[in-house]
Amino acid sequence: MHKPTIGAILVGLIPFLAVCFSVPLWDRIYPLVLGVPFNLFWIVLWILLTPLCMFFAYRIERKKIDAAEGTEKGGVQHG
Amino acid sequence: MQRKAPRKEVSNMDSSTVALSVIFVIVLISSIVGMYAGSRYKMDLEQWTVAGRGFGLIFVWLLMAGEVYTTFAFLGASGWAYSRGAPTMYIMAYLTLAYVFSFYFLPQIWEIGKKFSMQTQSDFFRQRYGSKNLAAFAALVGVVFIIPYLQLQLTGLGIIVEVSGFGGISRATAILIAFALVAAFVFVSGIRAVAWISVIKDFLMLFAVFFIGIGLPYMYFGGIGEMFTALINAKPAHLILPGSTKTMGQSWYVSTVLLTSLGFYMWPHLFSATFTAKNNNIIRRNAIIMPLYTITMPLIFLVGFTAIMVVPGLSNGDLALLTIVRKSYPAWFMGIIGAAGALTAMVPAAILILAAATLFAKNFYREMFAPNMTDAQVEKLARVMVIVITLIALYFAIYSSTTLVNLLLLGYAGVTQFLPGVLFGLYWSRVTKKGVFTGLVAGIAVVAYLVLTKQDPFFGINAGFIALCVNFAVTVIVSLSTQSEPNRFDEEPAVAAKK
Repeated sequence: MHKPTIGAILVGLIPFLAVCFSVPLWDRIYPLVLGVPFNLFWIVLWILLTPLCMFFAYRIERKKIDAAEGTEKGGVQHG
Repeated sequence: MQRKAPRKEVSNMDSSTVALSVIFVIVLISSIVGMYAGSRYKMDLEQWTVAGRGFGLIFVWLLMAGEVYTTFAFLGASGWAYSRGAPTMYIMAYLTLAYVFSFYFLPQIWEIGKKFSMQTQSDFFRQRYGSKNLAAFAALVGVVFIIPYLQLQLTGLGIIVEVSGFGGISRATAILIAFALVAAFVFVSGIRAVAWISVIKDFLMLFAVFFIGIGLPYMYFGGIGEMFTALINAKPAHLILPGSTKTMGQSWYVSTVLLTSLGFYMWPHLFSATFTAKNNNIIRRNAIIMPLYTITMPLIFLVGFTAIMVVPGLSNGDLALLTIVRKSYPAWFMGIIGAAGALTAMVPAAILILAAATLFAKNFYREMFAPNMTDAQVEKLARVMVIVITLIALYFAIYSSTTLVNLLLLGYAGVTQFLPGVLFGLYWSRVTKKGVFTGLVAGIAVVAYLVLTKQDPFFGINAGFIALCVNFAVTVIVSLSTQSEPNRFDEEPAVAAKK
């Protein structure tokens, strides 16, 4: 079984920091962004940024998995 | 977007016929598609529960999105935006983070599931901890917490069809018809039915949500920014935590987001949906794209926020979305919204029923009472259980409704207690079955006590989160003080996996 790499886990922590733990920093109405209260704007922004983070995490994981597969015969099938 | 005066001149009778016909046709077509979906496959237990592990990226995405966006997302999210305000942000945050978290353990679960031909969450416990009592207990806990969740879908469906059908059909009748259909397509086609109906549901839902989420603020205020300006002037406190509540402040937000995002895939039906994927790369890529589906949520909030000023004073916030749509659009459009809403209840309900039926037949009944049952017999029993479980949930949905929110909170907080057993099972070799069992019992006891005595949130922190911390602590302490056990995931599977 492939265990997640530290690098990928650190990247995954970014969205948790952004929309969960840091709530006192961004839970405010002003400044309005495009007419939307700042807290709502912030979360929507991170809905869009999170797939980017996860894409980086995926790249890190993929490298490790491919390296591990290279040393094994057969390996795991790709999607 | 067109601006038009709300239609009132059409008689209720005509509106009702039009809307109900639209709902009925869409729901019926979906059900037929669902039944047809499985007809090309020979249904054995493996096909019925995990579609022979043959789903690619698109289907896994549709299936998981289909399970996630339930009536709560449709009615509840707009209802929370309407009645509570800012606390509703937790829904966007936890959905996004749930997928992030899934990236670090679902592919591993898929791998183990493939190796040992797992079909349910309880199979995971059975293999890892080698205890049939623990596995049966996990199955029973899963079924018990699924039933209130199912009941919620039923009740939500009743409300949707009643309101969007302009009262032309009673709540109980709507629930009965819809659930006869759900039971039928689950019975016939299993998980394949769910995935196909999700396709229809997702298209309708996306169309409906984009149209009303952007259209309603424009119709009444001339824009989204203008709507927010009006709302800030009218109710400034509504839009920052704790919104229009007294208890849902920042500590509640953080603890609730953590609890629900970490516990999300502990729902037995979401856990086992993992096994439908063709390979674990699909699970990884799915975790990347799933957060994008969350983008529908803020649109649903816009509807709730607009409704505050357009249809103020509703006693039940869950009715906000339907009430404002009914006031603002023609009957046929109400019918489309109603059908989308009905499908958001039927799709998750189908998979909840499927998961509960399989858990009961395979992991509870067979483990405890009939170890010699073949897979074919388990499948037969599971199909019978589809009907039994539907009837139980129907009974609750029709005869009780007051404690629904409590039941749901209890369910969410309850299933999350599987987390230590799953995470430690994957990543901590020292965990023992006694540790997991006592942790699970302790967690559920804390949840039940705090929720049923109405002490949730407990000093501003989500009760389920406190229970989860207790659970983790107990699991670690008991595991370390019991003798270490072998990790049974390292064993070779007893019977070679099919295909």
